[in-house]
Amino acid sequence: MAVTNNAMLIRRDLLTHFIKLLIEDNLADVDRIPLEMRPKNESSIRCCIYKDRAVLKYKLMGMLGFSSRDEVDELIPLSDYARKAFNGEVQSDKILTVVDEACSSCLKINYMVSNMCRGCVGRPCMVNCPKEAIKIVDGKAKIDHNICVNCGQCMKVCPFHAIVYIPIPCEEACPVNAISRDEDGVEYIDSSKCIYCGKCLSACPFGAIVEKSHLVDIFRTKKSGKPLVALVAPALAGQFGGDLGRIIHSFKMLGFSQVYEVAYGAEETARLEAEELKESLNAGEKFLTSSCCPSYTMLVDKHLQELKPFVSKTATPMHYSAVKARELFPDACTVFVSPCSAKKREAMDDANVDYVLSFEEYGAWLVAAGIDLNNIESETISEPPIAEAREFAISGGVTNALRVALNSSNLNDTQVNGIDKTSIRLLKSFVKNPEANYVEVMCCEGGCVGGCNVITNPKVATRQIKNGKK
Amino acid sequence: MSKFNLYNTEMEKKVEVLVCYGTLCHLMGGSDLQLLGELLPLDLQGKVDLKGAPCLNFCNEVDNGKPPFAVVNGRKIEQATVKKLIQEIRVELEKK
Ligand code: FES
Repeated sequence: MAVTNNAMLIRRDLLTHFIKLLIEDNLADVDRIPLEMRPKNESSIRCCIYKDRAVLKYKLMGMLGFSSRDEVDELIPLSDYARKAFNGEVQSDKILTVVDEACSSCLKINYMVSNMCRGCVGRPCMVNCPKEAIKIVDGKAKIDHNICVNCGQCMKVCPFHAIVYIPIPCEEACPVNAISRDEDGVEYIDSSKCIYCGKCLSACPFGAIVEKSHLVDIFRTKKSGKPLVALVAPALAGQFGGDLGRIIHSFKMLGFSQVYEVAYGAEETARLEAEELKESLNAGEKFLTSSCCPSYTMLVDKHLQELKPFVSKTATPMHYSAVKARELFPDACTVFVSPCSAKKREAMDDANVDYVLSFEEYGAWLVAAGIDLNNIESETISEPPIAEAREFAISGGVTNALRVALNSSNLNDTQVNGIDKTSIRLLKSFVKNPEANYVEVMCCEGGCVGGCNVITNPKVATRQIKNGKK
Repeated sequence: MSKFNLYNTEMEKKVEVLVCYGTLCHLMGGSDLQLLGELLPLDLQGKVDLKGAPCLNFCNEVDNGKPPFAVVNGRKIEQATVKKLIQEIRVELEKK
């Protein structure tokens, strides 16, 4: 999860405004949201309030599933797009999009000589630059950015720390180089590389990356009278005050007819994966990795094919619980409540999951509906899943559940806690030298409690899940 | 420090901090305030009476400022962060 910052708060505020209109069934007023959020007499964040409003408009378009690049006529009001989205007329598979108007604010160069440069005699920057991109102009080093290849040598050798590195936060956060600048200098996400971890979404200080929302679809279904079932991911138990009974009750207040805990699916995943592990080790395989994090399985599919034979074939807790929910409530629409964007992508390929609601969207919905979780009843959970199943959301939790299912304490395991460039290298090395015979891989540090859409601080959420099991 | 002084400090009234745990405040950045207790600097420990509360009803009025809200010795603090609250606690302690 991201450090709390204003870009994130603006997104949540935007969601709350939007959901209020959905509750009132008044999407025609959606054009007012940018005006309400940036009223005339307030100071602007960007150059002027008009720019601020335009950015908000395009962010809303992104949430509705439209890319600002698709806009043919700037005079088409947001309400037109909203109506189209509400009627189910957009079929966009783009889950993450870059809002052009908000982006392009990052410098296009990575290294710059600051005025701390003393123009020294040694000039190690100039001497060590492999491309001879540095010259001394007016007694100071100067990088020729047409030649510079961003190797960073000059920064390393400067005795005065006069050369600064200017990162591009989204590119730096992406573990698989899926985001880069196009000809216009605007970031573009390559969906053939993207693993939907949402790290760019959290990293962009301009909030320029927007996640498509299923809110309109959920409200359309609700309006049609079709019952809604919330499939509640284990990580949700650690959000807000950590009272799952209240969270479950709140879904009923929001208009869901049933709530089904995904932890039941996690029990199934643990059971099946334990069997699979036994079998594959008996068959002489070197090791097995977990498969419940969709960002990780997408990473393997798109970037680490050599690891594919070692990834568990067992489906995710979301899948098993959705199958079960379909069986129990065949006429209902299933909505998975999710900590991250990757689950949205996974759900697109799973016929048993109709829509996904992120933790953030859920929180904004509560606020829009005027519900304070502290002041509502707590529903008693009559047949709670085993405690280990709820801990799937915490790094190490899957392994623990497996240990219980295997009934063995000497499982030789290791964990990859967070996917980044270093851990990708480590994963690759396992093909030749596996460190363990079971590898649990979580894309987000700390597990799903650290997903890009969580609200509660992961440390607190972890504690709350652990306390909740008692 | 004499024994007498030691008793005296312990009798001192603690700074009362009420953090809003309401859903709106929690969503709008307040979730980090749950860490205030463990992030209190050593010299402030034992001097603060920290409580969480349901919605403090500040969020209904724009004039109250922006969430998340907290109350330090009766004073409303808007856009509360752990750092800001620690500062405000120090302000209160210095008043004495
Ligand atoms: S939720 Fe904090 S003041 Fe209302």
